[in-house]
Amino acid sequence: MAIEVRIPTILRPHTGGAKSVEGAGDTLAELLTDLDAKYPGLRARLVTDTGALHRFVNVYVNDEDVRFLGALDAKLSDGDTVTILPAVAGGAFGLAAAAAVLQR
Amino acid sequence: MARYDSLLDACGDTPLIGLPRLSPAVPEGAPPVRLWAKLEDRNPTGSVKDRPALFMIRAAEESGALRPGDTILEPTSGNTGIALAMVAKLRGYRLVCVMPENVSAERVQLLRMYGAEIIFSPAAGGSNQAVATAKQIAAEHPDWVTLFQYGNEANARAHYETTGPELLRDLPTVTHFVAGLGTTGTLMGVGRYLREKVDGIEIVAAEPRYGELVYGLRNIDEGYVPELYDATVLTRRFSVGTRDAVLRTRQLVEVEGLFVGFSTGAVLHAALAVAHEAVRAGRRADVVFLVADGGWKYLSTGAYGGTLAEAEEALEGQLWA
Repeated sequence: MAIEVRIPTILRPHTGGAKSVEGAGDTLAELLTDLDAKYPGLRARLVTDTGALHRFVNVYVNDEDVRFLGALDAKLSDGDTVTILPAVAGGAFGLAAAAAVLQR
Repeated sequence: MARYDSLLDACGDTPLIGLPRLSPAVPEGAPPVRLWAKLEDRNPTGSVKDRPALFMIRAAEESGALRPGDTILEPTSGNTGIALAMVAKLRGYRLVCVMPENVSAERVQLLRMYGAEIIFSPAAGGSNQAVATAKQIAAEHPDWVTLFQYGNEANARAHYETTGPELLRDLPTVTHFVAGLGTTGTLMGVGRYLREKVDGIEIVAAEPRYGELVYGLRNIDEGYVPELYDATVLTRRFSVGTRDAVLRTRQLVEVEGLFVGFSTGAVLHAALAVAHEAVRAGRRADVVFLVADGGWKYLSTGAYGGTLAEAEEALEGQLWA
């Protein structure tokens, strides 16, 4: 058993195009370190230089946002599914970006 | 009293409905776990967005940003546009909406019926094109007013001053509030109010997880988090996929007779998750979730009939919440 990690389109160049990869670790931080050994550069797209999750990346463990589960310290178990997604405004999307631009 | 001087005065004070058939069963002698739906589709234009539309326009009037006869420019294809169009009509403003040309026919018809003018941005250009079109229009019309719901404090304040107090008045024993996460205005406003008033309240967000086509457009470094969003207001945040949202939307009408849009299906999915956790923990729970709109505007998607797989396919690449 392992942890299934779903990779968004934008990060698939790091996984050779794979939509889903497997990794291991007791925490999200350990999982990302494990994955980075197999898919170099992936971790740097998700974690900032100061060791926090990138502001525009959302990571979910079994559909729950890890920022409310301890962020990089979130506990993982075999059989969990981790989903990585770019942060977007629900409902509005490109229009949100348009609105943001208009405002400035 | 159900008599009002005008349609705008009939905004809010929506019903809170118990859902005894969908609420999970608890073992004998265990404390009750109950689900409640706040019916925001019972607002003047049929969605929760009437509250922020009214508050944002009033705030702009009070600050002097909006004067009689002014034009409001808003990039929206959804419920906010429809709500703004109604309020703008009754308060004497012109509304121009910018939207991609591939939005549903119902939305275009509704906006035009309420008197909004529509400028389409080419669908092929995706979000970059929407940005370019909006920039260009704003540059050409510097006198047009943008309310910018993602950063407008009056959006969250509408819920802090109305939705939150209504909930607490109708259900003082509330333990959880669950709503969709878009502009984040509903969760920020209701969440702040209930946190001030109810010890141990849990504020739970459900956000739609779209198909790959949607996220494929996006570069991670160009993400967007609404200015209104403050993560400390939330207790938990769930991502809900299309299939679960459709499943719950259908369940709600089949079991409880409530016909809602797909975003509410996603919200119900999260509400059921926390309700079942409460049952397992043997805790009392009164879980309120917010119905953002009815299902009428989404009938043409075809996703209310057929198999779940067919519905998922029908919604692929669409912004269903």
